[in-house]
Amino acid sequence: MSKFKKKKDGGTPPISTASLPDIVFMLLFFFMVATVMRENSLKIQNALPVANQVEKLDKKNPVSYIYMGKPSSGYEKFGTEARLQLNDQFANLNEVGAFISAERAALREELIPFLTVALKVDRDANMGIVGDVKQELRKVNALKINYTTGVGDAMTNMK
Amino acid sequence: MAKRSAPEVNAGSMADIAFLLLIFFLVTTTIEKDSGINRKLPPIEELEEDVVIKQKNIFTVLLNGKDQLLVEDDLMELKDLRAAAVEFLDNNGDKSCTYCKGLKDPASSDNPDKAIISLKNERETSYAAYISVQNELVAAYNVLRNRRGYELGSKEGFKDMNFVEMQKNYKDARFVGNKVKLKAVIDQIKLEFPQKLSEVQ
Repeated sequence: MSKFKKKKDGGTPPISTASLPDIVFMLLFFFMVATVMRENSLKIQNALPVANQVEKLDKKNPVSYIYMGKPSSGYEKFGTEARLQLNDQFANLNEVGAFISAERAALREELIPFLTVALKVDRDANMGIVGDVKQELRKVNALKINYTTGVGDAMTNMK
Repeated sequence: MAKRSAPEVNAGSMADIAFLLLIFFLVTTTIEKDSGINRKLPPIEELEEDVVIKQKNIFTVLLNGKDQLLVEDDLMELKDLRAAAVEFLDNNGDKSCTYCKGLKDPASSDNPDKAIISLKNERETSYAAYISVQNELVAAYNVLRNRRGYELGSKEGFKDMNFVEMQKNYKDARFVGNKVKLKAVIDQIKLEFPQKLSEVQ
């Protein structure tokens, strides 16, 4: 009779994990491709406000970034008021002109008129510093600016 | 000599290595924001002759230090700003604008070409509030341009496309259609509703 004895049920068969590396590699490649290494490490808080009438910043043209915001934790010695950051360090207003000149010097000549200055300003900063920077930019004739924002309902900014 | 087959490399830890890399990239990834409101600053050199602009052609928006909105010297809620700006731009006081649908109020702006929105702020104004107001004013221009886009688009063969979509399509490489014609329409709309928004301090 043993011939007909039921085979012992060994539970559910184990799930094959052979394709796990493939899945992980797929994700890995996605993130490798999508990653943009930060150009500057920020020393300030930089939570951007949101707006819904935004245009994409044209990456075909050269872009320079100016950051403004409160010094983040660890940099409290620079005060609690919004500060300006150019490249990797805190800067004063009178350095904006030199910064723009340096950015322009790094460009091909035909691209210089298309240089856009993207202002990445923290939502809690006040307009005083932004206005000062705008005035400095006018002095060096860098007139194309972009207020970088997130995408969302602008009414939520005011809360 | 007897041939020995090469021993197989154990690939069991490949997943671990891949996971390690994956986690590294997951942590370091920051998706940079690259959208925003484009503006053009006025050049600094002062014009010799003072351009005389009639008071009725200027729409003053003041954002004070307490983030209160004063439109033409009256307190206003942010949500009403868009409609007020549209009404001002579209007013067509001198009846020279054939595509406007405004009230033709002689006490308000003459035509969209002459109408100027002047945005003032104080030093204590918060940046978030300022961006909200900028956003609403740009939205007002877009409302009018979109309306005009529908009108012109159906004439020129770009049916059911508003101004914002036209601009998007113009930049889109996959867009099938006459881009030269589309550009002409976009430029015409931009000319008909020029964005005259001045930021004074």
